[in-house]
Amino acid sequence: MERIPILRMGDLLLVTIQVDMHDRLAMTLQDDLTERIVSDGAKGVLIDISALDLVDSFIGRMISNTAAMARVLDAQTVVVGMQPAVAITLVELGLTLHGVKTALNVEKGMALLGKNLNR
Amino acid sequence: MNAATAVAFDTELLELNARLRVDRVTLPLRGDEDVVGLRKQVRERAVAISLSLVDQTKLVTAASELGRNTIKYGGGGACHLDKLDDGFRKGVGLLFVDNGPGIPDLDLALRDGYTTGGGLGLGLSGSKRLVDEFEIDTRVGEGTAVAVVKWKR
Repeated sequence: MERIPILRMGDLLLVTIQVDMHDRLAMTLQDDLTERIVSDGAKGVLIDISALDLVDSFIGRMISNTAAMARVLDAQTVVVGMQPAVAITLVELGLTLHGVKTALNVEKGMALLGKNLNR
Repeated sequence: MNAATAVAFDTELLELNARLRVDRVTLPLRGDEDVVGLRKQVRERAVAISLSLVDQTKLVTAASELGRNTIKYGGGGACHLDKLDDGFRKGVGLLFVDNGPGIPDLDLALRDGYTTGGGLGLGLSGSKRLVDEFEIDTRVGEGTAVAVVKWKR
């Protein structure tokens, strides 16, 4: 089955979404990430969406839900690399990704997670 | 039988902007993967008329929302992709048609946050904000058609 790879770096999980996701693939990623947070004891999740040229309400909801589930499991989520055109469209669509932390790029996202995890 | 004839809902929106239509391609919408294909096709057409990156993204996002609605609420259907030219400007027209249950209360369905499907309720209302023209024809028990147009500015 098609899956988006999740990399582990210490107590962080790293995901780079590089394909145009259909809805089931997005749901699989949400489930996989939640499982990995628990099995790996991860404290932070970084989701890189710089390769995504679209975030619609379904993908947006998946991102919000993942962040919420991670929070309940004592892990923080940062979404990085959103393209400007995607940000404009997302807000006009009416999505605000409530409760999701963002950073401009992977480096800044890692720094944010590190700071929040007191390292 | 192709997807175009498989959809029986006879809507006046099929002829919306008919005089301006240069080209029409029809894609069937049956499952999740079809939405990915649709997004790709819409993006190609948006690029072909040199829509700005922001307008491309808006149109493709609207297509994704409406395509999902066609599958999820309409039980599947088709999308007609039209290349439009009114003599002054070029545009991309999309017409989503299904034979589903129809929308009993359209005003309610167009309200932000209203959903019957457990989603965010932004599909219809949000898509409307992302395009230049937006028309809906729906009849309970017959089907729903949603037409949108994005013009090159």
